[in-house]
Amino acid sequence: MASEGDRRSDPEVERRSRLLGGLHFEGEGARGVAIALVSTAVFVAILIAAVTQSPGWPEVKRTFFDWGDISNAFPDIARAFVLNVKIFLVCEVFILVFALLIAVLRSLRGPVFFPLRALAIVYCDVARGVPTILVILLLGLGAPALQLTGVPRSRVFWAGVALIFVYSGYVAEVYRAGIESVHPSQEAAARSLGLSRFQALRRVILPQAIRRVIPPLLNDFIGLQKDTALVSVLGVVEAVNQTQIDSAATFTFGAYLAAAALFVAITIPLARLTDWLIARDRQKRQAGGAFA
Amino acid sequence: MSALHLDGVRKSFGATEVLRGIDLELEDHEVVCLIGASGSGKSTLLRCVNLLEPLDAGRIFLGGEEITRRAADVNAVRRRIGIVFQAFNLFPHMTVLRNVTLAPRDVLGLSRAEAEARALELLARFGLADRAGEYPDRLSGGQQQRVAIVRALAMRPELMLLDEVTSALDPELVAEVLSVIRELAEGGMTMLIATHEMGFARDIANRVCFLDDGQILEQGSPQAIFSNPTEQRTQQFLERIIEAGRL
Repeated sequence: MASEGDRRSDPEVERRSRLLGGLHFEGEGARGVAIALVSTAVFVAILIAAVTQSPGWPEVKRTFFDWGDISNAFPDIARAFVLNVKIFLVCEVFILVFALLIAVLRSLRGPVFFPLRALAIVYCDVARGVPTILVILLLGLGAPALQLTGVPRSRVFWAGVALIFVYSGYVAEVYRAGIESVHPSQEAAARSLGLSRFQALRRVILPQAIRRVIPPLLNDFIGLQKDTALVSVLGVVEAVNQTQIDSAATFTFGAYLAAAALFVAITIPLARLTDWLIARDRQKRQAGGAFA
Repeated sequence: MSALHLDGVRKSFGATEVLRGIDLELEDHEVVCLIGASGSGKSTLLRCVNLLEPLDAGRIFLGGEEITRRAADVNAVRRRIGIVFQAFNLFPHMTVLRNVTLAPRDVLGLSRAEAEARALELLARFGLADRAGEYPDRLSGGQQQRVAIVRALAMRPELMLLDEVTSALDPELVAEVLSVIRELAEGGMTMLIATHEMGFARDIANRVCFLDDGQILEQGSPQAIFSNPTEQRTQQFLERIIEAGRL
């Protein structure tokens, strides 16, 4: 009893376990692990009981949790999911480059650069303001309909452009936060050595800025990976559309669980990587050698 | 022809006029120390000479050439002037060697081998040879400031500006930095030094300027300024310094 009270009142342990998603039991030993296991088991048991005792459960069980449905649908969906991963990977590369350009334009000082700065601000506002699904519909249906020569008609292509457009707005803001976090004295030191504005940016400011924003950048990529599912609104056969095809054939929804499992299989490792990078960054800063 | 010539330099930040008409001339190989209370304009004056702050009025000449004219190439001017800051301002994501070779390589176009040879020679001269591969965070304040001086020297500047370079250091680390500056002075480097180290200013300076409220109120040999100041404000300032045990 006493030790339980002590632990609960120890803010350091509580803070750490909250930050690391409750996966750490530092300094608590076997007793802590045991308590965590029992408490989790009780929690899960209550949850299962609540769901399986519900009036609609037999019907839900039949339509969602039929193992046969799930495993039958899985290969098709996995094949379609490859398209989601491709869209994600290709878009990510373009977003990283394009957003950096926007962020640099936005951080230019001096009256000469006002139009560029204004353009970058308007871009970020619009890209973040319009719902992603609308941008995908507008570009995916609108751009091919123009029938311009030399412009691709592929809906996948335009869906990718839409995702790049939207996500670059977010990522540009992340980069900008990084650029602004580098102290002005760093630029003064670089310029005082005779480096041009561009050289100072490239050699001194951006390397420090980008290092600081890697965790939030990864966060945005978890979002991007999920949002590749929105491409389904254009009728492109990716994981979500394939799921709808499968469930329409069987009148069950097990396929949705298969699709969800595939997305989670990519996003969870990304999330853990982000946590790990944040934790490592904090440790380094506490050790006093952020770059050592 | 003087190494550096300031003619009626004025600078305001908002409504505050920080420099109110500064006239100053440095001969080649001359070491001039700027003393005065915090806020008297010492740092701003150095930043203006390095064109880090635009002037509101007045002109600055480096080696006879006006560097404040509109057409002047600021990057080319800064190549000729080294500045060392109170807070070191080393680049934390680069090793000591990279800090020192960055500008010679990117600005002067030296090859990597040439730049590193020049850097290692300077680092060795100031007792930092074994620190070349370290990151700045792993060095003491005194070592960091010596690296900052070496970084400026690697550009072979014709003028060095030192902005209270010992003010951020623990007392026991001040001497190692001052001895580097003394060595530079003996080597004939032209220097304009803002400092609170009065004993050091008395030893090293050819001339001392007392700045008060954005003007050079009094200047002369260290002997004259420290032992026989004529202006009342200078006397008051030095009395406060002596009370604080800094002279």
